[in-house]
Amino acid sequence: MADTNLARNSPILLQAKGLRRSFGERVVLDGVDLSLAEGETIAVTGPNGVGKTTLLRILAGLLRPSSGEVLLDGVPVRTADPASRAAIGLLSHRAMLYDDLTLQENLEFAARLHGLPDPRRVARDALDQVELLSRSADSPRTLSRGLIQRAALARALLHAPRLLLLDEPFTGLDSAAAERLKSLLAARRPAGLGTIIVTHQMHEARDIATRVLALQSGAIGSAAA
Amino acid sequence: MRSSLPGTLTAAFIIAGKDLRSELRRRTALVSAIVFAALILAIFNFARDPTSLRADQLAPSAFWITCAFAAVTALSRAFAVELEHGALDGLLLAPVPREALFLGKFLGNLVFVLVVEGITLPLFVLFFNVSLNGALPGIMLVAVLATIGFVAVGTVFSALTARVRFNELMLPVLLLPFMLPPLAGAAQVTAALLNGRPLLESAGWLRLLLVYDITFVTLSLLVFPALFDE
Repeated sequence: MADTNLARNSPILLQAKGLRRSFGERVVLDGVDLSLAEGETIAVTGPNGVGKTTLLRILAGLLRPSSGEVLLDGVPVRTADPASRAAIGLLSHRAMLYDDLTLQENLEFAARLHGLPDPRRVARDALDQVELLSRSADSPRTLSRGLIQRAALARALLHAPRLLLLDEPFTGLDSAAAERLKSLLAARRPAGLGTIIVTHQMHEARDIATRVLALQSGAIGSAAA
Repeated sequence: MRSSLPGTLTAAFIIAGKDLRSELRRRTALVSAIVFAALILAIFNFARDPTSLRADQLAPSAFWITCAFAAVTALSRAFAVELEHGALDGLLLAPVPREALFLGKFLGNLVFVLVVEGITLPLFVLFFNVSLNGALPGIMLVAVLATIGFVAVGTVFSALTARVRFNELMLPVLLLPFMLPPLAGAAQVTAALLNGRPLLESAGWLRLLLVYDITFVTLSLLVFPALFDE
């Protein structure tokens, strides 16, 4: 488990209170409470279909909870000014990339939407960080699963978010790439990056998580060691 | 960030630029819309009995029906590309208002449909042997006015149906009734222009098209953000 000293006494970055979400009759989340401090990394585990992705989408503000609220810096995520979304980076199951654009163009597009200065340089730096600069002129459709995952990670990180939400980030990554991801996240932690990782691969997540939580029967608790 | 009006417009142009660049590279929607338009014009032309119906009587309706179906073909792609790798989530997470997303998709669709109409027009002249002498500026004006309205509605319905099963069927079912007023107006003005009447004679239809555009662009802007409130 990662060192927890950094996160201790840090200001609260994200707070979820009494999150409940149902799809029709099926209750997926039933009163989830969660708080994440700046510089903290939480790993959330749980069996398939327990609502981990739903939780992540609610935390990102992409999905409305049936009840409860998510506060980012004390401001509700759903009603916040669009500018506050700049603080969130999301790596989801899907890469959020366009097949008809090159990797460079995909990341430049994202950088422009975020209003970042010099989008071309930002995109190149982000690709360099995940060691994909040599493939910058390639379309995502030509990349393997692991390389797409790295490109998606570059997209999630290029605007230097303060809150990073990662859904199964180790999927498709070889051991070297998984190590690089872990050191990338560790390097950003002192700057206050708060990270929530949803994963089945606990052996990977334990290396970087400051806390491990289990999502079960719609509620969250501490995971067994 | 991008919440101000200039910021919203900048984001809209960024999104429209991305869509047009993608389409230029992919070309499938453009080629299929043009082939589709050519086929409809050919069918109209060859199915017409020249002894009972003159070409110029059928031409305006044929042109606008062709443009309408070509536009539906194009609009059905508008949000499908955003769902391919979950790219829509990337747009929704960007620090831009939902209105910028609407305006961006709307502008991209508008340019695309106007290009399809611009390519369809010479085909229409060829198939129906009509003369555009002096009518071209008026036809271009009415094309822009009619297209703005139905593309605005089409952009909203394209977003609404993108995640629905049988969306290729749902989009025309929802959209075609809303296309009737601008298409009727456009066909009437086009008929008058092809018959050598001055554009000012159709001022009533042009006003209707303008009111339709203002109403539906405004309504679309208001409704669009709610479509993503899952």
